[in-house]
Amino acid sequence: MEQKFIEAFQEALEREDPVQLTDQFRDYDEWDSLSRLSLIAMLDDEYEVQIENDDFEKLQTVADLIEAVRKAAA
Amino acid sequence: MADLTFSGIGITGLAAAVPANTIDNYAYTEHFPAEDVREIVDKTGIKQRRFALPHQCASDFCFAAADQLLTRLEVDRTEIDLLVFVSQTPDYRMPATSVILQDRLGLPKTTAAFDLNLGCSAFVYGLSVVYSFMQQGAFRKALLLDGETRSRVYSPKDRKTAFLFGDGGVAALIERSDAFGPSHFTLHSDGSRESLIKVDAGGYRNPSSAETVREKVVDEHGNIRSDEQAYMKGADVFNFVLREIPKTVKNILATAGVPREDIDYFVFHQANAYMNSYLAKKNEGGYQQGAHLPRPFWQYFFGIYSADYCFRIGGQNSIRRKGHALWFWRWFILGCCHSFFGQLPNSTTAGSR
Repeated sequence: MEQKFIEAFQEALEREDPVQLTDQFRDYDEWDSLSRLSLIAMLDDEYEVQIENDDFEKLQTVADLIEAVRKAAA
Repeated sequence: MADLTFSGIGITGLAAAVPANTIDNYAYTEHFPAEDVREIVDKTGIKQRRFALPHQCASDFCFAAADQLLTRLEVDRTEIDLLVFVSQTPDYRMPATSVILQDRLGLPKTTAAFDLNLGCSAFVYGLSVVYSFMQQGAFRKALLLDGETRSRVYSPKDRKTAFLFGDGGVAALIERSDAFGPSHFTLHSDGSRESLIKVDAGGYRNPSSAETVREKVVDEHGNIRSDEQAYMKGADVFNFVLREIPKTVKNILATAGVPREDIDYFVFHQANAYMNSYLAKKNEGGYQQGAHLPRPFWQYFFGIYSADYCFRIGGQNSIRRKGHALWFWRWFILGCCHSFFGQLPNSTTAGSR
């Protein structure tokens, strides 16, 4: 799942640099409220999950994101 | 379920007024770097907005629209039995703006007039109320006025909302006629999400004070606003839209007994081209975004929200007189008005004051 998620995540953010599981995605240059919308769309489209903002705010790394998607999809 | 169905009632005229004062969104760079602004505007698709001048109120735009509408359609004003004004930016806290408009428009004192306080759902909710009144045989004609001066509600220093909202007013004339087929509405509400789009202070829960009008930095991005300026939690709104709207679309189609392929246009109220595109894609594959409806209609009627799009289904190039139209308003408000667009030849548009 990790690789597929990373590719979809990269595309949603329009990020050309590599994405690692340990990355703090909020530090990316590409990260802003608009890429947040792209991510919401991607999560809905690819995984049919929605993460409430209060929960989302607690996520720091790409690995956190994947874990949250796994939980939401379960 | 708050599903409503009406028959023999419809909109026979439509007019709108917007301020002459035009804002080029790409040039709205006083508080943010031009490069950031370009990115935001490209993504939201909102390129131009209209801002009221300091002395202009929502009611002024509604008045201009209604006055033009009644004049051009040669409506006898004594036949207007109902006036409903829907807005969250009224003239005063009291009295109701609708009552002032009754006098200003030269309507008789026998006209029933009241305000509704609703935002995104205003027009569809208002229309359902007017249709309900119009079921009474004694009501001859009704006016639905819907206007806002949102430019004064949001902070120009909060990038989350600074580029989205504009000002204007619309007027719709509603009458009974056997020519009108059924109209369907689905009305919902969800107060558990009251803080998704909100102005915290200035009402009676948190009254105005020196503190509430003080501008402050509200987040780690450096956005600035006071407690009397609105905020919007865009991500949660988007999540909400994705979860609720497709479901509700399905529901109203079932209620109306109309197959999806019979719908020529799905019109979503959603102040963001990106979100609309995704919603259309999710709703059913193969939608095309297009401005195929009469330009003035869209330009003026939806000018108040500055960014609404229609989505074309199938290969219909023309608006069918008996086509179905579904109106999707953000915040789960839906109305399906058969023959709605059939009335366009009678509609009119009013210029700015």
